[in-house]
Amino acid sequence: MNLAYKDIRHHFGRFTLTAIGIGLLLMIVMGMGGIYRGLVEEATLLVDAIGADFWVVQNGTRGPFAEVSRVPSNLVHRVAAVPGVSNAREFVFHTIQREHRGKPMRMAVLGLSWPVDKGAWLPLLTGRPLAEGHFEMIADKTLGLSLNESIRLGQETYTVVGITNGMVGSGGDGLAFFTLSDAQAIQFDLPGETVRLERSARQARLVGMDWGATQPNLVDRAASQSSEIPSLGPPQISAVIASIAPGTDLRSVTSILSGWEDVSVHSRQDQIDLLLQGMVDKARRQLGLFSALLTIISAIIMALILYTLTLDKIHDIALLKLIGAPNKVILGLILQQGLVLGSLGYGLAYLIGQKLFPLFPRRVVLTDDDLVRLAFIVLGISVLASLLGIWKALRVTPNEALSG
Amino acid sequence: MMMSDFAIETDGLTKVYGAGNTEVVAMREVSVGVRRGEIAALLGPSGAGKSTLLTAVGLINPPTSGRISIGGNLVMDGPRPQTNLTAFRLRHLGFVFQKSNLIPFLTALENVLVALELNNVGRRSGRKRAMELLDYLGVAERANNHPSMLSGGQQQRVAVARALANNPSVILADEPTAALDSHRGRQVMDLFRKVAHEQGAAVIVVTHDHRALDVFDTIYEMEDGVVRLSESR
Ligand SMILES: Nc1ncnc2c1ncn2[C@@H]1O[C@H](COP(=O)(O)OP(=O)(O)OP(=O)(O)O)[C@@H](O)[C@H]1O
Ligand SMILES: [Mg+2]
Repeated sequence: MNLAYKDIRHHFGRFTLTAIGIGLLLMIVMGMGGIYRGLVEEATLLVDAIGADFWVVQNGTRGPFAEVSRVPSNLVHRVAAVPGVSNAREFVFHTIQREHRGKPMRMAVLGLSWPVDKGAWLPLLTGRPLAEGHFEMIADKTLGLSLNESIRLGQETYTVVGITNGMVGSGGDGLAFFTLSDAQAIQFDLPGETVRLERSARQARLVGMDWGATQPNLVDRAASQSSEIPSLGPPQISAVIASIAPGTDLRSVTSILSGWEDVSVHSRQDQIDLLLQGMVDKARRQLGLFSALLTIISAIIMALILYTLTLDKIHDIALLKLIGAPNKVILGLILQQGLVLGSLGYGLAYLIGQKLFPLFPRRVVLTDDDLVRLAFIVLGISVLASLLGIWKALRVTPNEALSG
Repeated sequence: MMMSDFAIETDGLTKVYGAGNTEVVAMREVSVGVRRGEIAALLGPSGAGKSTLLTAVGLINPPTSGRISIGGNLVMDGPRPQTNLTAFRLRHLGFVFQKSNLIPFLTALENVLVALELNNVGRRSGRKRAMELLDYLGVAERANNHPSMLSGGQQQRVAVARALANNPSVILADEPTAALDSHRGRQVMDLFRKVAHEQGAAVIVVTHDHRALDVFDTIYEMEDGVVRLSESR
C-alpha cells in the first residue's frame, strides 16, 4: 500500500491547490529565465540575422547599435575594394517613436541596400520583399501594422508590403525595413521651413563674404537643393557591413581596415559582445540576479510548504511509528509527496507558460537546456525541501500519537 | 535473576514527568508480571498512572528508571532501549488506546492492512485476514470508509482489529470499550480473553467497566502511581 498516494487521494483538494501554488511559482521562475534568454536573444538577433562578417563604423565608436555612428556613404566603395572582401553594403539604422492609432509606436528603422538587397532574407509571415525603390516597407508583426496599410513618416507615405516574424532590435522595438534612401529620408526628414531657413542662411553667409560679392552666381547656387551643391556631402549612413570571400582570413582583411584612421572595424563576434556586455549588460545582470533570487526563494517556499505538510501529519506519523513502521516508510511518504508536488508543479508551470508567455510584449525564450536545468533544480529542491520535513518526522516519538 | 515465564515483567518502574515545581511522579516502583495466556485488568481513578504504565510497557514512553522485559528479553533498562523498539513493537505488540488511533487518510480496511503489510504479510492474505478481523468485530460493512465516517465505537473496533492483526504476543488496551455499548464492549472483552487463552498472548486492559471484570484472570488496582494486586483467579 502506498501511503503517500493514499494521503494525497484523501486530501485531494488541498493537495491540488498546493500543487497549483507551486506550479504558479515555478512558472514565474521559468518565465524569468525565459525573459533573460529572450533579452539575450533579441539583443543579438539582428546581428545574427544580417550575418555580415564585419562592421565598419565611425572611428572610435561602438556603433551602430550601442551608440550613434556616422560614416559617409561612399565608404562602401572603399571597403568593397579591399582584397578579400566579397561584398559590402550600406547600413542605416535608427530608432524613431511616432504615434500610430493614438498610441506611441517605437520602430527601429533599418535601411536595405536597394537594389542589391530587397529583404529576401527576412523571415516573412505574409507579403513579399521590397519591389520598388521607394515608399514600400516591411514591418515586423510586433509593430502591429497590417499588410497593405499605409503610414506617414516624415514627408512621405509608405505602404506595408510584408510582415516579418520575430525581428526586433536589441531594445525589443519592432524592426521596419526600407530602402536605404527611404531610411535616410525618414532620419533626416526636415520640414520645408527648416530647409528654406537654411538656404537663406547660406545665402546670407555668402553675401557677407568676398566671393559672394565677386561671384554673384554663387549666391544663386546657394539657394538650390543640397544634393546639387558639391561642397555639401550626401546624407551619411550608419555603417558599412561586409562579407569576406570564402577561404579568406578575416583578420588579414580587418587589419587593413584598422589602418584607416576615419573608421573602426568590429567583427560579428565583437558586435555581439558589444551588445551583450554594453547595451543589455545591466538589464541582463539584473534579470540574471533576480532569476537566481527567485529560484532560491521558491526553494525556500517549497521547503516551507513541504514542512507544513509534514507538520500536519505529525500525529499520523507518530501513529505509524507506534504501529511499528520503520523510518524508511516515513521517509518514503514525505519524499514521494515532495517529488509528486515538485513534478506536478513543474508540469503545470510548463503548461501555463506555454499559453501565457507568447502574450508577453517581449520575447520569452524557453530553451530545452534551460528547461532540463530547471527540472533538475526542481528535483533538487523537492529532495532538499523534503529533508526538512523528514528531519522533523524522524524526531517524532510514537508517544505523540496519544496526545491531541 | 532467574528466567521467568512472564510474557511481561516490570521491575521497579518509575516515571517522573517534568522537573522542579511541576514534577509529577506518575508511577512509583511498579513491579508486575503477566504470564502468557493471561488477561489482566488495570483499574484505578483518573490520574492514577494507568496510561503511563501501559505506554511504558508498550515501549513508547520510556520510564525514568526500572526495567521492562517482554518475552523474557530485557527491552528497557531505565530510559535506555535494549533493542530496536520499532521493529519489536511491530512483531510483538498490539495496541488499542484511549483516544482514536486510526490513520485518518486510510480506510478501515487499510488501517488494519497497513499493520499487516509493514510486517511483510502478502497483499492477498493480508486483505483476507483484515476482512476476517473486521467481520469478527462487526465493522466489515464499513471496511471502505475513512475513520471520519465511522462512529467512535466503530473506530475503536477497527483499532482492536489492527491490534490483533499480527497475532501479537502482548496486547495492551487502554479503555478499549469506553465508546462501545455494553453488548459490543462485552464482545471485545471476550475476544481479548479468547486471544489470551487460545493464542497464548498476554493481555493488559485498562477499564472502568466493572460489569465485565469476570473475563479477567487477574485484576490490578492502581492509585497515585502504585500498583496493587487485587484479585487473582
Ligand atoms: N506528558 C505528561 N507530562 C506531564 N504529566 C503527565 C503527562 N502524562 C501524564 N501526566 C501526569 O501523570 C499522571 C498520570 O497520568 P495518566 O495519564 O497515566 O493517568 P491515567 O490513570 O491514565 O488517567 P485516566 O484514567 O484519566 O486516563 C497524571 O497526574 C498526569 O497529569
Ligand atoms: Mg489514561
